[in-house]
Amino acid sequence: MIAVRQSTLLRSLAIVVAAALILLLLSGELSAYRQLQLAEGTYFFAVLAGLTMLIGLSGQVSLGHGAFLCVGAYTVSLLIADEGWALAPAIAAAVVVSCLIGLPVGAAASRLRGPYLAGATLAFAVGLPALGDKFPSLFDGENGLTINPPAVPSWLGANFSLEHWQAWIGCVGGLIVLFVLLNLYRSGLGRSFRAVRDDEIAAALCGLRVGRMQTLAFVISAGCAGLGGGIYAAVLNLATPSAFSLTLSLSLLTGAVVGGLGSLTGAVWGAALLVLLPNWSNDIAHSLSLSGNVSDNLPQAIYGVVLIVVMLAWPSGLQGGVRALVGSARARWGGNGGNEAKRIESPEGGGEK
Amino acid sequence: MRQHPVRWLTALLVIGAVALAVSACGSSSSSSTKSSSTGNGGATAPGVTATSITFGTHQPLTGPAAPGYSEIAPASQAYFDYVNAHGGVYGRKINLIIKNDEYDPTLTVNVVHQLVLQDNVFGIFEGLGTPTHTKVVGFLNASKIPDMFIASGCPCWDNGTTQPYSFGWQPNYTIEGKILGQYIKQHFAGQKVAVLYQDDDFGMGGLAGIEDEVPASSIVSKEPYQSGTTTLAPQITAIKASGAKVFVMFTVPIYTAIARLTAFTLGYSPQLVVSNVGIDPHTVGDLLAAVSKGKASGDALIDGAITDGYLPSFSDTSNPWIQLFMKIKAQYDPKAPFDGNVEYGMANAYTLVQALVAAGPHLTRQGLVNAVDNDGGSWTGPGLVPFRYTTTEHGGYSGVQMAKVVGTSIDPFGPVLTTPPTAGSPITTYTGTPATPPASGIPSN
Repeated sequence: MIAVRQSTLLRSLAIVVAAALILLLLSGELSAYRQLQLAEGTYFFAVLAGLTMLIGLSGQVSLGHGAFLCVGAYTVSLLIADEGWALAPAIAAAVVVSCLIGLPVGAAASRLRGPYLAGATLAFAVGLPALGDKFPSLFDGENGLTINPPAVPSWLGANFSLEHWQAWIGCVGGLIVLFVLLNLYRSGLGRSFRAVRDDEIAAALCGLRVGRMQTLAFVISAGCAGLGGGIYAAVLNLATPSAFSLTLSLSLLTGAVVGGLGSLTGAVWGAALLVLLPNWSNDIAHSLSLSGNVSDNLPQAIYGVVLIVVMLAWPSGLQGGVRALVGSARARWGGNGGNEAKRIESPEGGGEK
Repeated sequence: MRQHPVRWLTALLVIGAVALAVSACGSSSSSSTKSSSTGNGGATAPGVTATSITFGTHQPLTGPAAPGYSEIAPASQAYFDYVNAHGGVYGRKINLIIKNDEYDPTLTVNVVHQLVLQDNVFGIFEGLGTPTHTKVVGFLNASKIPDMFIASGCPCWDNGTTQPYSFGWQPNYTIEGKILGQYIKQHFAGQKVAVLYQDDDFGMGGLAGIEDEVPASSIVSKEPYQSGTTTLAPQITAIKASGAKVFVMFTVPIYTAIARLTAFTLGYSPQLVVSNVGIDPHTVGDLLAAVSKGKASGDALIDGAITDGYLPSFSDTSNPWIQLFMKIKAQYDPKAPFDGNVEYGMANAYTLVQALVAAGPHLTRQGLVNAVDNDGGSWTGPGLVPFRYTTTEHGGYSGVQMAKVVGTSIDPFGPVLTTPPTAGSPITTYTGTPATPPASGIPSN
């Protein structure tokens, strides 16, 4: 137990193994549609985890992560449909391609601050999917690419459903992101990111290369989004320009903020929210017997109201709310909680603005 | 560096809590699966009981394609309500679950999975849109789910061999493009022609039909647009600069309106030729009035536009089909205007009831598909032309009649024409007499 506490690697492994066990048991219990939702949640988690690391740990905002999801999905679709690659190497290639594209974007982004950074990444999100229309022979224009669903391996048996298999694929991807980022948060690199975030001049005086650190954080985060895009293609079997609209990029940022910026647990909340909230708001809207025009547009309104309420109640996101509840419970029942200063510096990144 | 274990235990607990919450939802839905599969009155398929049959559909209730199209599924629902009030089909009432996909392919995949896996629908009916529905055809056919009468004229549905469960319904866009192209060739001979088209199989299918008929030397400009864009100024500027006198559009209503208004502000007034999916006068007229903030009279801007139709014109109130549909609309969908979209939804619903009647009382998914394959080619209904349904052809209506927008009406003219969707094949006049609706308004054997 002491070894687990002291070694970052062992600690991350323990968390990932425990999460894997829970997901393994859980995925078998779910209905087919819930399995698909779980798989959708994992690609959102992969993107949100990278994004929340970028914003919370490195202090850079990106409004353009939907574009990296797009890169990942198109890479996997092209490699599988045109080159006949297997899924796993195709997803690995998607990560590499996203990182490569993230490098120049990150390098440019590291020279920008505040609204200019937001604007540049926004332009990236708007511009990149349009390439699909610019090169119709390769990307098939607005139709986009459609691939066959991944084949379920025969050793899982004939009754193992496609949705179950897709949930597993997604979970493996999500756990890889979790493992990498858990280690990153506690590594020297992670501390360097924090140093740069808190005070660039002080960090530079300590010998850190600010631009390089910020670019690296951006590339890692782009890689996570590329992995998410790969899972997206494996789960939804499509890549089309209209699927990666600006709205998607903005809702990713929403998920990261509402989940709790900087916190990997917050990314889990954010992903669950992005998958479940649209369905819930739809159900609520249509359970009220309203006229068509009202109930069709009500889900967006409910969605917005929920986000506003969450941000008003818990300004540091859902994870901040959970932490506050746990903190007050521990204070009441005499634990050693309630030490805010200590918590802010915790590797989970809680409370970081 | 030493960590309090509580921190990461919290993380694990959170994952566990989410897992429990999700699994609770999951088990509740799986229990509903069990209850729905009992008491199905001789039928052996999900979504069917002795007293009901459930279809699902994905529709753009909001988003760029919503104007006009959002009326279609409620109109189908109204027709089903009418049938249900008169005893249903073999005692089964037809339910239609309408899901909003906002014309976004990701959401289409999501809601169709939800309809099939969670709501256990018998089949999908009238799924709307080319870029959207192409993303679920593979899933529906792999799962052997009837994919009835897709609300899109994409040539890609027309393949009973590779997609035995998917059926088109309206004339495919290449058929429509060929017949519009022949009219242009005959009546605007030698004039420059420009085409604005949605950059997907909808627009490209229509463009292929135009190019099959109109000489390549006459087509001076071909401009694509992406669904979701907010301006067509670059396209319309290029088309105006090309000097085209005939302006063909394969556009959904909102882009017909934007293109027309942009042309108006640029002082460009060519002869408009618009696909039947993009010119419903109520929809486009209202949109024009809305996007111009009341500065332009919408109806005047599209007056004289040439289009086509495959159903009786909704403005022909002497037609018995229109009278039937207006009566049903007044009772079951009173808030909607009576326009081409409402007529579309009702006529398509009529065809589905024909298929359910033909499939017989022992309803199975395969049985419904077989009924269309075997009998669909001989069904008569509101359509002006026969359906192209065989085991290999799943294309829907086989032709159109030319028409013109006059005020808020669509006035058909000339002969009813049919043609195969292949390049170079001839266009022929259809001489069959139009059918009249059954007295009950409901198809029977």
